[in-house]
Amino acid sequence: MTTEAVAGALAADEPTKSRGRGQLILRRFVRNRLALVGIAILVLLLLGAYVLPSILKWQYTDNDWNYLGTSPGQGGHLLGTNHSGQDMLAVTLRGLQKSLVIGLIGGPLTTFIAAVVGAAAGYFGGWIDRALMWGLELLLVIPGFLLLATISPKLAHVSWLIFVLLLAALGWMITARVVRSMTLTLKDREYVLAAKYMGVGSMKIIFRHILPNMASLLIVDAAVQIGLIVLGETSLSYFGFGIQAPDISLGTLIADGEPDAITSPWMFFVPAGFLVLIGLCSAFIGDGLRDAFDPSASGAKAKVKLPADGESDSQQVEIVSNTVRAEEGLAS
Amino acid sequence: MTSNNTPVLEVRDLRVTFPSESGAVRAVRGIDFSLRSGETLAIVGESGSGKSVTATSVLGLLPTSAQVTGSVLLEGRELLGLSDTEMSKIRGKDIGMVFQDPLSALTPVYSIGTQLMEALQIHQNLSKQAARARALELLELVGIPDPKRRIDAFPHEFSGGMRQRAVIAMAIANDPKVIIADEPTTALDVTIQAQVLEVLKTAQEVTGAAILMITHDLGVVAGMADNVTVMYAGRPVEAGTAEGVFYEPHMPYTIGLLSAVPRLDKTERKALTPLEGNPPSMVKLPKGCPFAARCPIAVDICREQEPRLVDVAAVPGLQSACHRAAEIGNGDLAREGMFPTPELSEWEGESDRASRPEVLRVENLIKHFPLTKGAVFKRRVGTVKAVDGLTFDIREGETFALVGESGCGKTTTLLEILDLPRKQEGSVVVLGKETKTLTGKDRRGIRRDLQVVFQDPMASLDARMPVGDVLAEPLRAHGWSKEKIQARVPELLSLVGLLPEHAERFPTEFSGGQRQRIGIARALALDPKLIVLDEPVSALDVSIQAGVINLLDELKVKLGLSYLFVAHDLSVIRHIADRVAVMYLGRIVESGDAEAVFESPSHPYTQALLSAVPLPDPRKERERQRILLTGDLPSPADVPSGCRFRTRCPKFVGLTEGEAERCRTEDPASTAMAADHSAACHYAAALEVV
Repeated sequence: MTTEAVAGALAADEPTKSRGRGQLILRRFVRNRLALVGIAILVLLLLGAYVLPSILKWQYTDNDWNYLGTSPGQGGHLLGTNHSGQDMLAVTLRGLQKSLVIGLIGGPLTTFIAAVVGAAAGYFGGWIDRALMWGLELLLVIPGFLLLATISPKLAHVSWLIFVLLLAALGWMITARVVRSMTLTLKDREYVLAAKYMGVGSMKIIFRHILPNMASLLIVDAAVQIGLIVLGETSLSYFGFGIQAPDISLGTLIADGEPDAITSPWMFFVPAGFLVLIGLCSAFIGDGLRDAFDPSASGAKAKVKLPADGESDSQQVEIVSNTVRAEEGLAS
Repeated sequence: MTSNNTPVLEVRDLRVTFPSESGAVRAVRGIDFSLRSGETLAIVGESGSGKSVTATSVLGLLPTSAQVTGSVLLEGRELLGLSDTEMSKIRGKDIGMVFQDPLSALTPVYSIGTQLMEALQIHQNLSKQAARARALELLELVGIPDPKRRIDAFPHEFSGGMRQRAVIAMAIANDPKVIIADEPTTALDVTIQAQVLEVLKTAQEVTGAAILMITHDLGVVAGMADNVTVMYAGRPVEAGTAEGVFYEPHMPYTIGLLSAVPRLDKTERKALTPLEGNPPSMVKLPKGCPFAARCPIAVDICREQEPRLVDVAAVPGLQSACHRAAEIGNGDLAREGMFPTPELSEWEGESDRASRPEVLRVENLIKHFPLTKGAVFKRRVGTVKAVDGLTFDIREGETFALVGESGCGKTTTLLEILDLPRKQEGSVVVLGKETKTLTGKDRRGIRRDLQVVFQDPMASLDARMPVGDVLAEPLRAHGWSKEKIQARVPELLSLVGLLPEHAERFPTEFSGGQRQRIGIARALALDPKLIVLDEPVSALDVSIQAGVINLLDELKVKLGLSYLFVAHDLSVIRHIADRVAVMYLGRIVESGDAEAVFESPSHPYTQALLSAVPLPDPRKERERQRILLTGDLPSPADVPSGCRFRTRCPKFVGLTEGEAERCRTEDPASTAMAADHSAACHYAAALEVV
């Protein structure tokens, strides 16, 4: 096997082709069962909300006058109907559409605002920092829910997108503070200095070097924010301040079903169940992502078998992430 | 020193394996050594060679996931397999430890005295008073000035050298049989390193302990060790007496390592001898000798069979692991020139310095940081004079080196120049343009011509960008078109000795030396005139370092560059610099032609600095007279009056009262010693110290 040995020797001089970081994170993420379940359910919900209605017998606009407020299973209504004879499944899927879209736009949007404001404050410092932080603290002390409740009904009839914007505008502050403090440590890193002395512009440095290096935080935050935004939307809609008729969201459905929760539980618990499901999935995915990105998290640690070495056959050993560094020859 | 024949520490066939994502890492693959009282054994090797793991496994401090086999006998008692509680009784009592980083080795919330007394009371039945008295004794022994007052100080109030002294005091507190010192001076400056090594020797004399020293610095080994073991890829490849290993090595790796070290005592300027390639991965070791891939004399058997460590007949006490050791021993294979040394290309431009154009002129550069107090109303309570009036110039094709200990202001100087300051009392003139009056467009132009290479090649490359993007960044920032960038990137990679297809890889996939090459390629991207190098090789291993230094030398000539080189390693500076300036507390104390400064250093600080650098030559090292500096660098917030070096000056002590008065009151101006050599000392006089 001389050829093999020589090839191996030659390869020693080559930089070792390692798995990309993305692949590594994916592997660690996949180890987290709950997060996978979360992703699966969320994808199913999304598919269901958009694909299922076209297959279903009943549209959310249809009223089945023969079955007003019937319980699940009767007359072909899988999840029953409400008082006006609308199929609960069709109506809930319609509400789910809106709520999910709001969450999926609002969550990342919130994180984006937080990232830009936090990074700008941290990177530029001085007056920009002070002004941005002053604005942030102002938003923090204002009771957000009350503000939304007063403003959104006046604007919501224009487009529900404005409502999403409002939700995002009131949810970014805490993350922005974290981003700012991370920027403060990142901006003195040598690669940032190197870029600065090469003549790269400040905004480019923020978007090319600073934000990608806290991608883990931002991705996790965006995942968690999806759940939070959906919850925020629902609670506002429940009180009638959010999505306005004829639009439906999970919040309006829950509000409609709430008076009959005892007598006709399906009207309340079907939309409420979906809401809980979204919240849970978002939390699971967030957890899974955090573990995948954080090398010290225990949930995603590799369990490797040592090669059968005499007495200690197939011993399960926990990985310390530092050993990978030692192997690279970084730890002296 | 008495040494009886029974070893206090005996290690037999020690093997350590760690699990990792990519497979088992065989960090140590069988090492034997024994240590007698009063003896010093040094384990030398590059990062990842397994030397620290060896020391840690003797202490029983490896993570539980590690698999350790073999035997470690302390006075006949087996240490492997002992429980942590049992090991705790041995650690700190029979085995003392000195770690690399003295800051993290001491708990910041307890005073030095408390920690020292704790170390004593755990292992000995001492009353508080007795422990305190003993602690005072120990601090006195390791040379901490005024121990009565200092014993209640906290670690952060100590300087690095003092902390390491305190750690040594703790290590010898219970009269250990063995002291394990893991890179004890790597984090310290040379003058402090000399002091600490001296303390370590004293400690050994007092306790009669054996020292197991882990280090990568061959100079330190030459001065300290009786016996040396050279490790490569988890295995000892050469072991024997210091003289045997240094003068008659029989293993090509040792020979290569010794020839790759830049030496302070070598005057002629030629390229360094690099050891090409990188150590093998400890996960998938190639068959045969692990060094075969980098070995210039490897033959077929080397790739087939791993050589064992065997006695070398010609040199008593020396063991080598090489199939061709006999040929090396009898002279069939010459050690000199075994590793090919590249030719150093000669500077072809104008040789007369004065007629070459100036690329950088710094005049009276000042950088003061205010010390403020108060939360609401900040008031100034003092000034940190980081850089305090610096003047120098660099001409085309020249390497100008700024040398000094940490805290002398060399990095601040660098950053201040790179900032192209607008508000500066002095002046910074880059390529004939005064930075104070630069317009925005001119500044961009200067940014193109002035590039930087940082110390840590890992930190200065964004780990999330593939190498191609890293190299394209400066080009994009200066508005190059996509096609031009695509043509330039492979060109840059081959310029620094990497392959064009490496552009798709990520920085983490490269070794330290290769990463630094990428950093250099990035600096070269825009065809700059002046490159600022901030300790570019200090994070690299010796064998890799030589290659990078040669590359810098070669590029300078090829591309007509000038370098502003900041470093603390005088041997490297001697090798690469044309002109040198020695900094002390924000000022240049001596400057001039490198040859002149190194041959006849005239400022007492330069002399002390040069004499503190250890030479990788045991005989020379033992005969040398050291100028030991007392104390530490004064704080730049509280600069001594008159000459700022007088508090540590060895010359000042010997002056008469009248002469000394001048040092106290008058700040010495720079006076010319020769045509291109000046020193700022009232009583400057040349002295040969190397």
